Amino acid sequence: MAVAHPLDRYLRTDRLPTMWCPGCGLGILLGCILRALDRRIREGSLRRENVGFAGGIGCSARMTLYPYFDSAHVIHGRAIPFALGVKIVKPEMKMIVVGGDGDIAAIGGNHILHAIRRNADLVVIMANNMIYGMTGGQQAPTTPRGLYTTTTPYGNPEREINIVKLAAALGANYVARGSVTHTPLLEQMIYKALGKRGLAFVEVLSTCPELFGRHIGFRSPVDLYSELRKRVVVKTRPSVEESDYSWERGFVIGEFVDRDEPGFIEVLQEYTSRARGGAG
Amino acid sequence: MRVDYVTGNTAIALGSIAAGLRFYAGYPITPTSDIFEFLARELPKRGGYVVQFEDEIASINAAIGASWACAKSMTATSGPGFSLMVEALSLAVITETPVVVVYVMRTGPSTGVPTRSGQYDVLQATYGFHGGLVVPVLAPATPQEAFDLTVRAFNVSEKLRTPVVLLSDATIAHTYGRVVVREPGEVEVVERAKPSVPPEKYRPYDPGEGLVPPMACFGEGYNVLVESLTHDERGYYAPRSDVQRRLMWRLYRKIVESAPELFDYGAAYLDGCDVALVSYGSTSLSTLVAAKILRSEGYRACSIRLRTLFPVYEEGIRRLLNGVGKVFVVENNVGLYYRELRGVLRGSEVVSVPIIDLDLPQPREVVEVVKQWL
Ligand SMILES: Cc1ncc(C[n+]2csc(CCOP(=O)(O)OP(=O)(O)O)c2C)c(N)n1
Ligand code: SF4
Repeated sequence: MAVAHPLDRYLRTDRLPTMWCPGCGLGILLGCILRALDRRIREGSLRRENVGFAGGIGCSARMTLYPYFDSAHVIHGRAIPFALGVKIVKPEMKMIVVGGDGDIAAIGGNHILHAIRRNADLVVIMANNMIYGMTGGQQAPTTPRGLYTTTTPYGNPEREINIVKLAAALGANYVARGSVTHTPLLEQMIYKALGKRGLAFVEVLSTCPELFGRHIGFRSPVDLYSELRKRVVVKTRPSVEESDYSWERGFVIGEFVDRDEPGFIEVLQEYTSRARGGAG
Repeated sequence: MRVDYVTGNTAIALGSIAAGLRFYAGYPITPTSDIFEFLARELPKRGGYVVQFEDEIASINAAIGASWACAKSMTATSGPGFSLMVEALSLAVITETPVVVVYVMRTGPSTGVPTRSGQYDVLQATYGFHGGLVVPVLAPATPQEAFDLTVRAFNVSEKLRTPVVLLSDATIAHTYGRVVVREPGEVEVVERAKPSVPPEKYRPYDPGEGLVPPMACFGEGYNVLVESLTHDERGYYAPRSDVQRRLMWRLYRKIVESAPELFDYGAAYLDGCDVALVSYGSTSLSTLVAAKILRSEGYRACSIRLRTLFPVYEEGIRRLLNGVGKVFVVENNVGLYYRELRGVLRGSEVVSVPIIDLDLPQPREVVEVVKQWL
């Protein structure tokens, strides 16, 4: 098979083009994930057959349809427990959970909370397009206050979730916020997340021109992309307190937490081995 | 092999170990928590994992994930928890994931009487999830059956690549009984079929000549696809009527056509039976006594307890009850499984005997109701 693109070997090329709208930011994110994986696989720090994807439901979760790895496209909000089930019984797997802000921060909120509390050994990539894309532009927990969505036609009255603070407070080993407007940085964050034990959380600001941009006056993908780029503030090693998530003040991106506490899986294994008469 | 004196719940836990359980995911709920606690002590000794999740939704989804990593998986719950699990069970149906769900019924609706018994959820156990397909439901009545049917539930789930519900209730859960406990290696254990083709040729939902596709797992290099969308044999989303038809009928047939093989029942006084008391689960302990009383009073009564509730083996049930004058369906609810049997036994006289009791229906009460119709 002729390889048209260096990343083709990681893609189910017979499924392309993707289902995403032209100009959607999710393709950029997929590229970053695959490049980061490629680096890990080439340098030998990850084995290809030990990489698995899991996603719930949503445009973002459909990311799991395209990578040529073990992959699960499950139900809305539940990719985290699915992935953790795989990981517990096959610790050699590197499970990557990809989902939207609705998938992970709304319906899956209980699972992300407890996965972080456990420091569960998962890479969780939350694509944040500030809207429910797949279902047609409804309010998300990440929608900035005041903006129009189809379920808040007079403006979103709710406060946005700053999930970086949540992830940091509950003790994830790695917490970063990236953006599809800053790809080398995003790729580096994902690369790093793939090398961590414990829970590695990467929030990714992404663009939904079709249902977010169009409704707030940025109809073309380039306009929305440029607008997001303007509002993104890049910081080097910002503190969690600096993790502003605001349409007005800007969206701070960077690595907020990078620590190396034991992950859930190794602790579980240690405790389990006690039952078998091991140490402890 | 050893003989022990244990509760229905403990028997289920022991049965799951014998069947090769490697992962238990749970959320505490009466009357199932002692299954969880028993396994939390015993399974790690045998190299398995037991994890308490944040809710039943996480538990069942984790069990499904673990099954895709080739570990036999189980969770146990009761009505409120099962209600939370049904969305994921529908996922297990379409992704053809072997997983065992122990459903220990308690009194409902809603929180009801959490510690007491009932059979209100017999239809929910198979019809509770969206998509309109049937999953096998096995119903023990004694601790020994709880052990045996747990092993069977795993075997069926592996063989047919399906979720299986083991339907027990609060009475069986905490009733002690003599159980012949077998260890792993002492019972017949079925493992899911593995692909015989190399990864490049593997199509995760291609059943070949049969109805059940071989299953590769995460981490084996097969690039498996677990797909909740309507999918073709490759696991690719295909929103087309022909694909939906093919998938639906295969998923339907693989269960329904197994009905003869899955059919299982116990019977007493069948000889010359003219008045059949049909029941399942704990209520069949009452009907057994009721049949005995009726016999002693000169009626030609028998007692039949169904151990497989779904899929319904219509022909088998008709043959079993052939020639019986009247069929009484005794259950501890408003008369639910009766509706199944009434359809199957069209033309025969089928009477519902719904007796609601927080414990077992009293045999005397069963006798009194039955006699009104004789
Ligand atoms: C239990 C359940 N509720 C609702 C839905 C409908 N639904 C599908 S995707 C989605 C939200 C999508 O938003 P998000 O997760 O942010 O992903 P995006 O499409 O924006 O990438 C919803 C509500 C569903 N599939 N399942
Ligand atoms: S609806 Fe939005 S998020 Fe979904 S594919 Fe289209 S642009 Fe992307």
